[in-house]
Amino acid sequence: MTEAPKPAAPAAAGSRASMKKELPEHFKAYKHVWVYVEVERGQVHPVSFELLGEGRKLANKLGVDLAAVVIGPPDEGTRTAVAETFCYGADLAYLVEDPLLTHYRNEPYTRALTDVVNTYKPEILLLGATTLGRDLAGSVATTLLTGLTADCTELDVDADASLAATRPTFGGSLLCTIYTLNFRPQMATVRPRVMAMPERVEKPVGRVITHKLDMVEDDIVTKILSFIPDRDAGKANLAYADIVVAGGLGLGGAENFQLVKGLARVLGAEYGCSRPVVQKGWQPYERQIGQTGKTIRPKLYIAAGISGAIQHRVGVEGADLIVAINTDKNAPIFDFAHVGLVTDAVRFLPALTDAFIRRLSPHNRDRLAG
Amino acid sequence: MHIVVCIKQVPDSAQIRVHPVTNTIMRQGVPTIINPYDLYALEEALRLRDQHGGEVTVLTMGPPNAEDTLRKALTFGADRAVLLTDRFFAGSDTLATSFALSSAIAKVAQVYGAPDIVFTGKQTIDGDTAQVGPGIAKRLKLLQLTYVSRIADLDLAGRTISVERRSEGGVQQLRTTLPALITMLEGTNDMRRGTMKDALRAARAEVVIWSAKDAGIEDLTKCGLRGSPTVVKRVFAPGPRAEKAEMIEITPAARDTADSLLDAIFSRQPKLEADIAAAQAAL
Ligand SMILES: Cc1cc2nc3c(=O)[nH]c(=O)nc-3n(C[C@H](O)[C@H](O)[C@H](O)COP(=O)(O)OP(=O)(O)OC[C@H]3O[C@@H](n4cnc5c(N)ncnc54)[C@H](O)[C@@H]3O)c2cc1C
Repeated sequence: MTEAPKPAAPAAAGSRASMKKELPEHFKAYKHVWVYVEVERGQVHPVSFELLGEGRKLANKLGVDLAAVVIGPPDEGTRTAVAETFCYGADLAYLVEDPLLTHYRNEPYTRALTDVVNTYKPEILLLGATTLGRDLAGSVATTLLTGLTADCTELDVDADASLAATRPTFGGSLLCTIYTLNFRPQMATVRPRVMAMPERVEKPVGRVITHKLDMVEDDIVTKILSFIPDRDAGKANLAYADIVVAGGLGLGGAENFQLVKGLARVLGAEYGCSRPVVQKGWQPYERQIGQTGKTIRPKLYIAAGISGAIQHRVGVEGADLIVAINTDKNAPIFDFAHVGLVTDAVRFLPALTDAFIRRLSPHNRDRLAG
Repeated sequence: MHIVVCIKQVPDSAQIRVHPVTNTIMRQGVPTIINPYDLYALEEALRLRDQHGGEVTVLTMGPPNAEDTLRKALTFGADRAVLLTDRFFAGSDTLATSFALSSAIAKVAQVYGAPDIVFTGKQTIDGDTAQVGPGIAKRLKLLQLTYVSRIADLDLAGRTISVERRSEGGVQQLRTTLPALITMLEGTNDMRRGTMKDALRAARAEVVIWSAKDAGIEDLTKCGLRGSPTVVKRVFAPGPRAEKAEMIEITPAARDTADSLLDAIFSRQPKLEADIAAAQAAL
């Protein structure tokens, strides 16, 4: 993964790119696209299915197979996870099953994934940029001494079949496209919701290649004492909401956030905010949308008093319909919104809330407006 | 006890501007700060030292002026500062960065004693990858504890450490042995205000400055651009969407404007109307 390039980078980037691509002979055997499928407590993290969707496209372009890698304990959850990967587009699955893999721990998971990579040699390996995925990806890439591009927002393959991984750089003010030219596998992580969820198609379980974990418990130094599940797990489901209403600094004060929440309530939506709103303490961090907060892909996103800085933009661009309300007709948000209104959000939000109630459930007006 | 804290000097990104024509970053005059995430690591290290005794060494790789960043860390109470600076490091990606830093930590271990714990921040605000910490751990064969929210117990005699680690959907309580590498989660502590004594000491203190050679790095092909498997091919600003936003006319009555907006929304997303009605009925 590449750090923000040094000051002269935009100019120098061209010269780096012209660095000759000479894939060493022993890397030429590396083929196929892999997705590491994250399973914890029997549940597949949705980001893994999103990556299978993206991996499918890359594999088709390259004319190679898409493989899922599942690592977990020998139980129902793991087997279901394997079966599901086929429904989301995998051609085959690699499975490492062992009681030592019951809960995520860096040591055995790093060993399992590195061993499978070294044995079966993929050209591309994708992981979710979750706490688990980031913990694992860094260890695996360093063990393999290959390149890793973190938090990508776009993946593609270029004319000479290299992975082109695009991500925000310079604190998110620009995007850059990164290549891992002379090393394999080319590794990339992608945050949840950045890629679309592919459609699930019922499919029989295909080819599963099992690989043994070459470890015993005594080899593993780190022990899990306990796991405390989050009490409010599933409470604010911002990332997966169908409709999101968000407010920014333009709302002018914490108290005006009621207007955002009121509209969200009437729409059965989740609400969110821009980063400065969190920094000012108007809303907690869980509500932050953007590059350093949640990525969302709702059917409808309504942004009130948000300027549309790129760090915010990369978190909302997957929305089907973006509506922006901003007093400044030159605000950057109008560059990527589908529908815009140049007006005072504080005055307009109550009217908008009321319009939804009038249109959709006039009889419930009193109850909803409450 | 000896703790090494890796910190990074980053531009105060709130103040970075992109040149509107050339799309290059205008860094001139942008003040630099300690990567905010690293402050949680530094504070945690200082607390452990205050409880258990020992020393905290802060280490950074960066340009010569990153010395300012280290001096700042000294004012908070770090005992020693090491700056790894060399033109060979320019253009390092995470793999090359973790190589340089782990080499420097190995050298620190030789000169000042082996660290019991190495801390890093969760990620930086400019690179934002969260991968350098794990990279260092792997190279130095340290036990890796990422996203740590609390250090529950440190047993120096027994050589073990117990922590709480943020994981998907909950908190893992883990115990491992020293030496370990910890990446500290944000919001887990408040950075202390340095004392006057520390400020005076920091002003006078000598920052140890090492080149690649000083840090014992012989293989320069593992450094900087040459040691980086990833290559930045293109840097660009995202353009506007091809299709321009439909602007809703603002009428004197907000009510009418709102109705036009609803028309626009539902003509583009017809299915939403039923979805929202269902959601309302459920309220
Ligand atoms: C490393 C890094 C990471 C970042 N990550 C994120 C992130 O994850 N998410 C994020 O959102 N930001 C992030 N940012 C910050 C981002 O750069 C912007 O500063 C931020 O998004 C701006 O928030 P805002 O739009 O609420 O405020 P402003 O940019 O101040 O915009 C306020 C807007 O409200 C409008 N306005 C004012 N009054 C009204 C009114 N009465 N009615 C309607 N409109 C009004 C103004 O015209 C203006 O466009 C990050 C920055 C950095 C450097």
